[in-house]
Amino acid sequence: MIFNLINRKIFTLLKVQYSNMLEYRVEIALWAISGIIPFFMLNIWTNNNLNESINISDVMLSRYFLCAFFVRQFSVVWVVFSFEEDSLMGKVSPYLIQPLNPFFRYFAQHLAEQITRFPFALIIAFFFFIFNPESLWIPNLGILLLSIISTFLSFLIQFLIQSIVACLCFWTEKASSIERLLFIPTLFLSGLLAPVVSFPAYVKSWIYLTPFPYLIDFPANLLSGNETNISGGLSMQILWIFLLFPLFKKIWSEGTKKYTAMGS
Amino acid sequence: MNLRKYLKVYKKFLHTSLASELEYKTNILIDLITAILSLIGSIFLLSIFFQNNGYIGGWKFEQALIIQGIYTILNGITNTWFNPNLTEIVKHIREGTLDFVLLKPIDSQFFISLKKINPSGFLEIMLGFFLLLFCIRINQINLSLSFLSLSLITISCSICILYSLWFFISTTTIWFVKTWNAIEVLRSFLYIGRFPLNSFSFSLRIFFSIFIPIAFITTIPSEVFLGLSQLWKILLEVIVASVFLITSRKFWLFALKFYSSASS
Repeated sequence: MIFNLINRKIFTLLKVQYSNMLEYRVEIALWAISGIIPFFMLNIWTNNNLNESINISDVMLSRYFLCAFFVRQFSVVWVVFSFEEDSLMGKVSPYLIQPLNPFFRYFAQHLAEQITRFPFALIIAFFFFIFNPESLWIPNLGILLLSIISTFLSFLIQFLIQSIVACLCFWTEKASSIERLLFIPTLFLSGLLAPVVSFPAYVKSWIYLTPFPYLIDFPANLLSGNETNISGGLSMQILWIFLLFPLFKKIWSEGTKKYTAMGS
Repeated sequence: MNLRKYLKVYKKFLHTSLASELEYKTNILIDLITAILSLIGSIFLLSIFFQNNGYIGGWKFEQALIIQGIYTILNGITNTWFNPNLTEIVKHIREGTLDFVLLKPIDSQFFISLKKINPSGFLEIMLGFFLLLFCIRINQINLSLSFLSLSLITISCSICILYSLWFFISTTTIWFVKTWNAIEVLRSFLYIGRFPLNSFSFSLRIFFSIFIPIAFITTIPSEVFLGLSQLWKILLEVIVASVFLITSRKFWLFALKFYSSASS
């Protein structure tokens, strides 16, 4: 019964947000285009034959960067910016009265945006294969399923981290600058710009203990068929979610007590 | 006399926006850490590229650092002036307050592109300068009057091109209202400016020198630093910069004809 109710809520939220997102198709298309940095990086790698030193062939590397592009497309999170705006405008107050954590609303927003974004990402991939026909491949169903799961887990990790940062809005108003700070290690260490395999040894020795390589490098390696430790990666992702979720719950309950209803 | 009036107004702009930004002092500190981390990250990425290669696109590591320095300065300028003002333009147009700007007895482009300032970008500009000074030492560049004036000319041209690109996109707000994502696209393209143009494949090089002149923005000033640049390239940059400035001005005046206020 309760489960049914939650189900209905989520379904309604998703439907509302999806129609909302469809209105902004052009923007979402542009947003998809703004994610093409991995392709520029690929261009540097292959054009200078840098991949020879890390023993990855041109084809595998181009698949890796294509997958990195895809994983990034479906794990982009901006909850902190939405929440900051809503809390500065005092829009959070009505949400707090509702018997539903407002983060479910943002969560549905993100999922709906991903559904809207999917066709644009496919178009970009299509153009990629026109220019690089030799890197075309079809991953087998099991791998595809696993990489979809791990991409979703990566999205969950990032969503949780950003929600924790967003809750800092209860204390400091401008939490987005903290998010911009956290984005820097995410950008350079997640494998979006260079595969983690290519990192120097002094970084590789500790990086696998941080959440970063599991955000893009691991799902992208999985999907592109590059070498990776599947069970290890998935369990690390789940471990991070289990670490972050209680933290989020704690900071949320502390924060709502602090809430001062700005702008109303 | 006119110039003096504009200087006086600009002083007031500086005063008001600095006063409002300094309210968030911790933010400025966080932004400083972000800028430092971001510079470390890009140098780290560059060092990965140079791990097993002496040259990339004909540039040594020490030479490529110059590009990073110039990019950091330009990025700091973007964060200080272009980015905060663009936010304002979007707000003006969406809420219809552009009316008040147009009614003022002052040039609207001047008002709209210099009204706001974000002091944390200064720190980034300084970081870039320090990196450049360091590069001058390790590359054993002789400081001479012609070198200084040429690098000053090319860097100011880069700033003009960058400003025009940002202002072009801000101007399109008059038709599209929401241009956030177009800015994201520009940002991701500008990312290219961190690397020497020669490290990309021929087709990308053409794209980034003709359609979006990112090549001019960082590569030519860096070549001037190394004393490699031919005179025609510098002249070309001056021409491109003036063409961009003039068209961005014309485009703004043209776009204003289509401005039809909002919510009034």
